[in-house]
Amino acid sequence: MEKGLILEVKNLTVELEKDAILKNLTFQVKEGEALTILGPNGAGKTVLLKTLLGLLPYNGEIKWKKNIKIGYVPQRLPFIKDIPLSVKEFFKLKEASEKEIQEILFLLGMKDSYILEKKIGDLSSGQFQKMLIVFALIGNPQVLLFDEPTAGIDIGTEETIYTFLKKMRKKKNLTILLVTHDINIVYEFSIHCLCLNKKALCFGHPKKITPEQLTELYGGKVKIYEHRHD
Amino acid sequence: MINIFSLVAGIFITGVAAYLGSLMLSKKMALAAGPLGHLTLPGIALALIYGFDVTLGAFPFVILGIILIWLLEMKTKLPMEALTAIVFASGVAIAFLFLPIDQAEAALVGDISKIGLEDMIFSICLSLLVFVMLIKAYSKIVLISISEDLAKVQKIDVKKYNFIYLTMIAIVVALGVKIVGGLLTAALVAIPAAASRNISRNLFEYSFFGIFFGVLSCILGIFLSQLYGLPAGVLIIIINTAIFLITMILKRGK
Repeated sequence: MEKGLILEVKNLTVELEKDAILKNLTFQVKEGEALTILGPNGAGKTVLLKTLLGLLPYNGEIKWKKNIKIGYVPQRLPFIKDIPLSVKEFFKLKEASEKEIQEILFLLGMKDSYILEKKIGDLSSGQFQKMLIVFALIGNPQVLLFDEPTAGIDIGTEETIYTFLKKMRKKKNLTILLVTHDINIVYEFSIHCLCLNKKALCFGHPKKITPEQLTELYGGKVKIYEHRHD
Repeated sequence: MINIFSLVAGIFITGVAAYLGSLMLSKKMALAAGPLGHLTLPGIALALIYGFDVTLGAFPFVILGIILIWLLEMKTKLPMEALTAIVFASGVAIAFLFLPIDQAEAALVGDISKIGLEDMIFSICLSLLVFVMLIKAYSKIVLISISEDLAKVQKIDVKKYNFIYLTMIAIVVALGVKIVGGLLTAALVAIPAAASRNISRNLFEYSFFGIFFGVLSCILGIFLSQLYGLPAGVLIIIINTAIFLITMILKRGK
């Protein structure tokens, strides 16, 4: 593995029940980088994340840096809201120390610890999303894999989350892989972008994504509305 | 006179059963205890006919049940509910194939008066064993029932813990038949936890109230059975159900 790389993927193919979900994917991620994985629904974004996590069988090569610690923020946890579980107990499932929890909450701008005693099922969707991020960050991972972090939450919370992720990336040299179908996030947030629709359609700097590539990615329905902040 | 052996054994067994019940967080898990309980019936029948301990009789059948559930779940696409119905019916049918009808009551709803000193010690040891296993595995199994993916990312061996979970159910169900018989043993696991869930805000309360309700029902059931000469197993389950109904009303009032 080349120096400075944290992940190397070569000719990755994933088949689920004989359907090719991902085909011949090749890309690398550098340490401290933010990579967004962009694509329409059903493009195989979540499958890619799960495969990188070692949750699905695959062909090809996935090489993580040695002894890497990965944090994962899943798209949904459908069962958790029915369980009588406080926020603190949720964190303790990952053997988190009191101090560590306080630290991450502080960074997320949640200074009141009353939230720790709340039942998970009573949280707002924004709070819930933040809880999932805290959970993923417990144990000091070097990489964060993030599945649609801001689906279904308000813009204010969305901003907080991205600001927080940017801060964490700088502060702890955290590498972030983020799945989204929202192209604005790509411009705002990432250093590199992987456009995915079963196979890789583009890979590189977000500014270099061409309208043609986007058309291919989304099937002709997407336009980039360029606007400048002067 | 209350049989002190059965009271002590009962407290341990119902306590650990309720604690285990508080782990039945997902639908799949909650359904496992039912068919396992019913599958014990042929074993209990054999034990009653040949005069050995009902737990010993029940145990091999519970093991068989675990294997069956595993296989059926993997090999068929039937929903768990259908499998439960199949296993339940066949368990009862096989038991009555050879169980003399005058012994049916003891097999179905248990006979707590038969518990002696050795039974009590045996029950306490096994209950404590499961209790220790539960404390060790609790947080991992909770995480698995929240999300297997999250658990796997944490390097938790999901298959291993599913197996530990089923083993604990097997031991508890086999112990439970002593108190409430093969028909009702799953209820010792399920009902106290269900009642506790109605009023709990966190996991600690959930398992604490579960154990409390389970043990309370056991003590009340055994005392009332002395007073009225009714089978203790039946009363224990009815008291459990009454507690569940009360907690449901309390939940609505919130």
